[in-house]
Amino acid sequence: MKNDLRTVFYRNLWRENPVIRQILGICSALAVTNRLENSLVMGLGLMFVTAFSSFTLSALRNLIPDRIRMIVQTLVIAAYVIIVDIFIKANMPEISTALGPYVGLIITNCIIMGRAEAFARKNTPVISFFDGLFAGIGYTIILLCIALIREILGFGTVFGFNVNFLNFTNWTIMVVPPGAFFMIAIIIWIASGITNRGLKKKESKKEGAI
Amino acid sequence: MMDSPQISPFIIFFASIITSNMVLTNFLGMCSFISISNEFKTASGLGKAVTLVMIFTTVINFAVYKFIVVPLELEYLRYVVFIIVIAASVQIIELAMDRFLPELHIKLGIFLPLITVNCAILGISLFMVIRDYNFLQSLLFGAGSGLGWWLAISTLAAIREKTNKSKVPAGLVGPGLTFIIIGLMAMAFMGFSGIFTIQ
Repeated sequence: MKNDLRTVFYRNLWRENPVIRQILGICSALAVTNRLENSLVMGLGLMFVTAFSSFTLSALRNLIPDRIRMIVQTLVIAAYVIIVDIFIKANMPEISTALGPYVGLIITNCIIMGRAEAFARKNTPVISFFDGLFAGIGYTIILLCIALIREILGFGTVFGFNVNFLNFTNWTIMVVPPGAFFMIAIIIWIASGITNRGLKKKESKKEGAI
Repeated sequence: MMDSPQISPFIIFFASIITSNMVLTNFLGMCSFISISNEFKTASGLGKAVTLVMIFTTVINFAVYKFIVVPLELEYLRYVVFIIVIAASVQIIELAMDRFLPELHIKLGIFLPLITVNCAILGISLFMVIRDYNFLQSLLFGAGSGLGWWLAISTLAAIREKTNKSKVPAGLVGPGLTFIIIGLMAMAFMGFSGIFTIQ
């Protein structure tokens, strides 16, 4: 398998997108997406942690004994999460309260462990850094899509600005948890619908050639 | 240290099973909730194991936080402390089970290592610190959340056993449909809100 920048980019953003394809890191993807602001901060935090923990773990990959690698991975991730947590607390206290325990829960976010296990263990630090960064971007994009729809329908705002020009009634269902489940189901449906259509086109082209 | 909020521990217990269910309202423990809910029997086994570990780790984390972390002013290290306590207690439970309850160990053994990375377990400890619960509140919060998680995953698995056989649009097969079922379940659980709430 090739591991240049372009394949890594395409794989993490679309073909193996952590949220909609591999169903990883769902906890925070659902919990913080009722406001765009929260999702953006969470996404940036996760990007930072995945990128740097992939870099560190890849740099250390020949030094870590196989048997204790899980605990080393967790500790490296926890160190970066603490940095993010303190940074958010110091600079954005309101968002810090809104995010609650979910910043700390980045530690158990399966995306980071997944990238460390599947990619950083076998590749050089620089490409691992980008792999982690793109996985974080893939996660953030999905988060922002869900948050955009939920915030417009649930509060009638975008980043806190009122966009409710038609004066429709806010959909309470979008603010409460079930709305998040339905939104992510719809996004997964759209994504796999596009992939299925692509596969069908390829098949019909092959048949035509024969 | 602030005073603990004066909520009856029993209200916390019932609320964390139903109205503040860990997975349906706080979205914790989603990964295993989705991936290990194909079969009722396995799902129920995982639920039992999670409940056990949750009660155990809440008690230990409470003690460690109150008597070691806070006096030494190491609050910023709590993530690391909690995760190590969870990993260690899962190991201890596994060893103890193997020695004293070998039958149960054979049934639940495969799930135990998975639980270390279940975010619900770490989430419980973090909520406990953020909401500043006292000992009894924490204990019943852990127990209730565990039971609530068990209830939710067994219900989901039972529904999925039926839907696996039915025809659905191609794009919805697998995770898509599961999320819609979870959404409907979350709406059903929301019907109880108003009886008791904790927050």
